[in-house]
Formats: sequence, structure tokens, C-alpha cells
Amino acid sequence: MSDLTNKSTLTHLQRLEAEAIHIMREVVAEATNPVMLYSVGKDSAVMLHLARKAFYPSPPPFPLLHVDTTWKFKDMYALRERMAAESGMELLVYQNPEAMERGINPFDHGALHTDMWKTEGLKQALDKYGFDAAFGGARRDEEKSRAKERIFSFRTASHGWDPKNQRPELWNIYNARKNKGESIRVFPISNWTELDIWQYIHLNDVPIVPLYFAAVRPTFEWEGGLFMADDLPRLEKVLGYKPEITDRSIRFRTLGCFPLTGAVESTAATLTDVIQETLLTTTSERQGRVIDKDAGGAGMEVKKQQGYF
Amino acid sequence: MPETDTFNAPDVIYQTEALIAEDIEAYLDVHQHKTMLRFITCGSVDDGKSTLIGRLLYDSKMIFEDQLAALEADSKRVGTQGAEIDFALLVDGLAAEREQGITIDVAYRFFSTEKRKFIVADCPGHEQYTRNMVTGASTADLAVILIDARKGVLTQTRRHSYLAHLIGIRHIVLAVNKMDLIGYDQARYDAIVTDYAAFASSIGIETFTAMPISGFKGDNITSPSPNTPWYAGPTLMAHLETVEVNTAAEAARPFRMPVQWVNRPNLDFRGFSGLIANGIVKPGDAVRVLPSGKTSTVTRVVTLDGDLEQAGAGQSVTLCLADEIDCSRGDVLSAADAPPEVADQFEASLVWMADEPMVPGRAYWLKLASQTVSVTVSQPKCTINVNTMERLAAKTLELNAIGIAEITTDKPVVFEAYGESRSLGGFILIDKISNATVAAGMLNFSLRRAQNVHWQALDITREAHARLKNQSPSVLWFTGLSGSGKSTIANLVEKKLHAAGKHTFLLDGDNVRHGLNKDLGFTETDRIENIRRVGEVAKLMTDAGLIVLTAFISPFRAEREMVRALLPEGEFYEVYVDTPLEEAERRDVKGLYKKARSGALKNFTGIDSPYEAPERPEIRVDTLRETPEAAAERIVALITGEWMPVI
Repeated sequence: MSDLTNKSTLTHLQRLEAEAIHIMREVVAEATNPVMLYSVGKDSAVMLHLARKAFYPSPPPFPLLHVDTTWKFKDMYALRERMAAESGMELLVYQNPEAMERGINPFDHGALHTDMWKTEGLKQALDKYGFDAAFGGARRDEEKSRAKERIFSFRTASHGWDPKNQRPELWNIYNARKNKGESIRVFPISNWTELDIWQYIHLNDVPIVPLYFAAVRPTFEWEGGLFMADDLPRLEKVLGYKPEITDRSIRFRTLGCFPLTGAVESTAATLTDVIQETLLTTTSERQGRVIDKDAGGAGMEVKKQQGYF
Repeated sequence: MPETDTFNAPDVIYQTEALIAEDIEAYLDVHQHKTMLRFITCGSVDDGKSTLIGRLLYDSKMIFEDQLAALEADSKRVGTQGAEIDFALLVDGLAAEREQGITIDVAYRFFSTEKRKFIVADCPGHEQYTRNMVTGASTADLAVILIDARKGVLTQTRRHSYLAHLIGIRHIVLAVNKMDLIGYDQARYDAIVTDYAAFASSIGIETFTAMPISGFKGDNITSPSPNTPWYAGPTLMAHLETVEVNTAAEAARPFRMPVQWVNRPNLDFRGFSGLIANGIVKPGDAVRVLPSGKTSTVTRVVTLDGDLEQAGAGQSVTLCLADEIDCSRGDVLSAADAPPEVADQFEASLVWMADEPMVPGRAYWLKLASQTVSVTVSQPKCTINVNTMERLAAKTLELNAIGIAEITTDKPVVFEAYGESRSLGGFILIDKISNATVAAGMLNFSLRRAQNVHWQALDITREAHARLKNQSPSVLWFTGLSGSGKSTIANLVEKKLHAAGKHTFLLDGDNVRHGLNKDLGFTETDRIENIRRVGEVAKLMTDAGLIVLTAFISPFRAEREMVRALLPEGEFYEVYVDTPLEEAERRDVKGLYKKARSGALKNFTGIDSPYEAPERPEIRVDTLRETPEAAAERIVALITGEWMPVI
């Protein structure tokens, strides 16, 4: 967005960008040991791009942390390495050793997979490095309880979230003071919607994982969903049988662990095609994710009280 | 019975779908030039706020099919609209709210039309959630005040209007809702608008836009309703799409940018990063750094996308200056010929947001833009009854109270009146112990005496006083419960220091209350003022070169820290005389515990008033293990060891 000027009224993306940059600078000025959680998805990609803008010409003065489940798509691991190199930031990868040892996987362990690799893994990583502020790419339009979460969201020493006792957040003044043992989750793109993210990627040429674009890929059906066979030998080992593989033109609306992230059949092979499809689609973004539906209507709220990001 | 035709999406929004399908590039071009409007909806519990927002989301196609399916299921299960869709369920996010059917916290929702992106904060209606409403309002350009057409202007309507006006929202929409339930009666509508207009002008709201709507049926939301042919004004959506946003007004004011962060990647680059609060800036502009007043010239406006020729209010940029002048986080870069004010005493409006009431005289952190300073707040001049707008006398501010008070900062603050600039006039207060955000504040003006009282420079400095006495001045601050042994030990320490030829003075709690502080009682406020005065006296005595010993219960950590902050680093020794309550009560030298237990003595520390033990005292005396004599020996040894005369 080079043409920021000469208009008395900023566009919505300019205001969202300025807000996110302001938030990141506040954290760097006031936190002692910040980190950016990087999941390699499109929201993380935008967040990372904003961080590079916020501190240019300095590299962002904090590391990237990827809480890895070992079950991400290969393309995601490739982009992760590339972006760390391009941004000049340190990349920390954390894998929960207990989950590793017990061979926790999405097929056999269902919700435990998310709990061990992601929720526990994140807590362990934050404790290990002593991070007191962690940027996350969550957006308020994703889910009902997110809509009420503050931009600076406090976690107790045990990483719990108390939704009924959040600090009031006024104007663009953020209170980053915390008590001993507390840490902050900071959501600089809280006020962005899925469409904003896509438009920003479009206007800024933000690199994203190719899986967001449609291509013919090997797929299999499992528990009623359509999934991509990203690592067939490993898949066979865990499933205990050889899934029936069909080549289909698919893409992904969100990216998580490949066995937990449903694909959609699509021919949208370019960014504008994807935006077009997103705008015309009638199914919400997180529908491909299994996590929200656990525990009835309050799925995400319960997960966050337990420490899920 | 559901009237399905009312759920049909209006043409005005969906005509874009054809463009998306046919020419996505053209669509994107339109949408990247959208502006953004932030607004709040407020009204009492049953006025239909959540339903209205649900309706806006629905009509702007922000509800996807799977959410709609879930919504239909939820509507049948817990909805309040019978067989019809309960839009409120879309908005009330937290589980507790879904159960109780009320909105507790602020929820942010997003929707978008061809012209604008909207962020709407759905604010709770109950009086006990005033703080949440103020939170939502602080970032809003516009407020939609909902009125139930059957009920007219209520106490809640007045409260919300007052708060919206207080927080500086310039655009007020009076949405007379549930028109369907009064048969779209124009006379009733006109009466409500007239009634509201009289109230609005009485509190200083100059203009507002009224409209008859039904969030439930969709009347005048996105298309003009055939049910109100007598209404010629805009639909709610049309109004939201065209009203002027704040950034336009902010750009027209003189340049100001609070510095957030100094950008120093290497020795060749030094930039100042911040969000431009007001005005515009371009290379060649003369700027002034406040509070220092130094001036320089902007050489570059740096961004990752290349240098800009100009940047304006609402943009986050990095500025380079021509001169190597002192400038860091908290400073404000401003137009050289139109700088903002600098002061250390203000009158401010406060909205109290914590369960624990405001304590006049206690030190809080104040954060304004990127400046954080220590402040004390006076007893309020008045509080405002938000239901009647009456001004009442008050000693403190309770949760959700709104009041006017004087604020004194420990160093100068760069500011503008809130009415001029939200960015440089709005602030928060933070509790120094709990770190909670306890208040939102709006600076009204600086107090003249801040500018008229100057520090008189004296020739005989505190160093000169100390040198003559051949000692380093300091304060030994004894704290502990009543009867813990503070006075006894302090007295012994002073005798030993005196014998060693030191110039000392002991300020004793009881003695001071016979004179200097005889006007003070034992309430929390008076206790704080007691300690503040003693702290100031102790500071004057150290300026005179004395070693000062004080023996006060001084139960609150915040006040002991306040005194510590008055003195140069290393001159304050907190001596914690640690005697358990049972032991102090057993001794009960002055018979005070007995009185307190019988109820004859109120606000007694340890009984019905708290004692906050020091976390890291310089010296701790455990009186169960150490005699007063031994403790005094140890303290003297400790401090005289460190206080060897400087040669």
C-alpha cells in the first residue's frame, strides 16, 4: 500500500494496518520478552508482514515461534523456513516432547491431539523461553467468544483466561502492565475480517502457502470430510489401512494439521479467483475445522479458558 | 408466524454479487477504496440491540449458511422469538450471556457494504456495565441509541446519550425501534423525537439523526420501509455509509505524533516511530519535540513500501529528523509553530472502572498516548448522577461513577484537551499494585497554578548540607502493625546513631498526629494523606542533610512506594518490623486492639483495615526471634557500614 497519502480519509485497510502496527510497537516498547506466534497460515502471513512494516528498517525485534504438531502440510514447513530467512527473524520451533513420545496423532486421539500438541505445546514453549507477551493472529470475526476478547488479553501464570474479568481497553491505549507470572496474548489483527486478510494479501503481495490455491491433489475421504493425503506412507501407518486416494482439484480455506483441515473442491487457482470464491461462498471459514464444535456451542471459549490460543 | 418475506435480502447490498461473479478485479478496486466506520449500539436490555446487529449482519450477508443453520437450531432451543430466528443469539457470544439472555461485555462485530467496512461494538445496557459501554464508545465515530417505541425515552436512554456525548461521539442516531409493535404510528414517533430533542440539547448534544425502524422486521434498515411513508430520511444503512468519520477531522488539525519507539537498526539510521494523532507531515516540515521544546526538520517519512511524500492522521510511520536531538518514547513530535500544551496539573473527567473505589491522594500510573507518569488524584469536585445529570458532592468514585477531579503528575505531560484531541486528551489510570486499569479519563484543561508555581533555585544545595554534617542523608522507614515495636526499635537506633555523632530526627506517628496532621482521621484517604505529608517532611529533612527515622504503621504498599519515589535512589530504607497480629494483639501496649475488637475503634489496621506487608524491604526484623536491642545493633551496623563518610 504505497499510495497512503493525499486523501483526507484513509481506507479501511489503511486504518487496520496502522492499528496493527501501533499495537506491535506498544508491545515491543513495554514487554520485556515478546514473541510472535507463527502458524504459517494466511493470518500469520499478514501478521508477519505487518511486523516487518512496523519496525522497518529494523527487522522485527522478536523471534517467531512455531508450535509444531509434526502434522502440518509439507508446503507449510517450506514457507516457514523461507519467511524466517526473508524477515531476518529468529525462528523457534517447539514440539511437545510428551506428545512426540506418545505418538499423539489426529486419527487415534481426536481432541487430545489438539490439546497435547497445541494447547500444552504452546504453554510449554512460552514457559521454556519465558515469553511475557505473545502475538497471535486471531480475529474477532472468527468465532463468537473471540468477538469479546481484548486486543491485550491476559493469561494467568497457568495460562488461563477469565472472560468475565477482562481489563477495559480504551481508545488505543493499552495497559501492558502485568503481575508476576502473568503473560499477555496480543491480537494485532483482531479487527480484520477474512475478506480484509485476502484483500491485504492481494494488495501487498504477501507470500502465502500454495495450498490456498486450487490444484489437483491426492485426496481421501475420512469421517465425512475431504482431506489431502500429504504424507501417504505416514497416513497409512497411523490409519492402519491404505485410504482410497482420488485426485481432485482442491484448495484450503484455513490451514492446520493436514488430517484436521478439510479441503474444499475448487478451481480457484489465483488470488483473485480465491477472493471471488470466498465472497460468493456461503459456508463460513472455520466450518472445515473440527475444534469449534467440541463442547457444544461454547467450544472455543472452553478451549481458551484452558489455554488454547 | 414467520413472515419469510421480511428475511429477503434487500437489493442494495446484493447487487454487488453480480459484480463479484462477473468482474472480480473491478469489485476489488471498489472495495479497496472503502472507508471504515466504527460505531456502537446502546439501549436497555429489551430495546433490541443484538437483534438489530444480527439484522445488519444478516442483511449485509455476513452470516454464512452453516452459521444460519446453527442459528436456527439455537433459536428453537433457547431463542426468545418463538419459531422465528432470534438474531440476538448471533451476537451474544459468551456462554453466560446466552444463558441469562443479556449482554455483559462489549462484543465487536464486522460487516461491510460497497462503501464502508463497519465495526460495531455491541454495548451492554445495564447501569452496572457503564464501564463496558465507555470502553466500546472510546473508539466509536457514531452511536446508535435505540429506543423501544412502546416505551419512549427512558432513564437508560438518557444515561447512554450522556455517556456517548461525554466520550466525545459526534454523531448520534436515535433509532426508534419496534415500530412494528406500535403500528408504525407517526404521532407516537414524533412525540418520542421531540421528547429526546429537549433532553439532548440540555446536555449539549447539538445534533442527532432520528429514524423509525424495526430491527426484527427490517424496516428502514437497508431499504426505505413501505410501512413508514411519512418518513423521508435515510435508512440506517444509508446514514452509516455516508456520515463523516473521525480521521477526516483529525487530519485537519496541527501535526502531532506521540513517539512510541526509537528505530535504530544501525549507526546510520535513527527514526521515530509512531501513529500520527493529528494533522499531516512531510519532509521539510519544521517540528518541535515536547516536552523539551527542541526543534528540527523532518527529512524522511519512512515505510517498508518506500518513503512517503506526506503522511496524515491515522497512519503509523517512522520519521527521520535533520538534527541529532534528544527524543524518545513518550515525547510528542508536533508542528513547530503550533505545539500542544505541557503541564503537570489538570482538571479531568473520570469514569471509575474498578470494584475498589478511587482513593484520593494515592499514587496511580497514568498512561496518555505513549507517556506513562505517576499521578495523584484529588478528592472529586463532584460526581455526576448519570440518570438525572445532577452534580453531587462526593469523597470518592465508586465502580461506574463519573466525576471531575484534579490530577497532579510527577513530571510534565504533553497534552491537549480531550474535546480537541482524543489521542492527546484521553488517558487511563492503572493501579500500581494490581496493575488493573481502574479508570478512563479525559483531560479538560491544565490548572494555572501548574504554570505559576516555579521551583526556586537555592545556592546551598542538599549536597552542601550533607557535607557539613559529614554524612549521607537517608530515610529509615519503619513499618508494621500497631504494637509491633516500630517506635521502640526506631528510638534505639536513633540513640545509637546520635551517640556516633550522626545528625538525626525521628518522626513518630503519634507525635505527628498531635500537630502537623491533627486534622486527619483514620479513614483510608486520611491515612494516605498522613503518609504523604510525613514523606514530604522526611524529604525536606534529607535535603537539610539529616538521617530521618519514621515510625508509622503505613499499611499501604502504594504509599510507601510513593515516599520511596520522592527520594533519590538508595536513600530510602524500608524497615519491616514483622510481628504477627496475634503477638501484637497479645502485647496490646496501648490497649487499642481491645478497643478495636469491641468495635469502639474503627478502621484499625489488622482488625478491620488491611496491612499490606512489604515485598522486598531493605531490612526485616522478626521480633519473635530478635530483641529490640539486637535489631537496633544490626540496623546501625548495616547502615553505618554503607554510610562511611565520602572522602
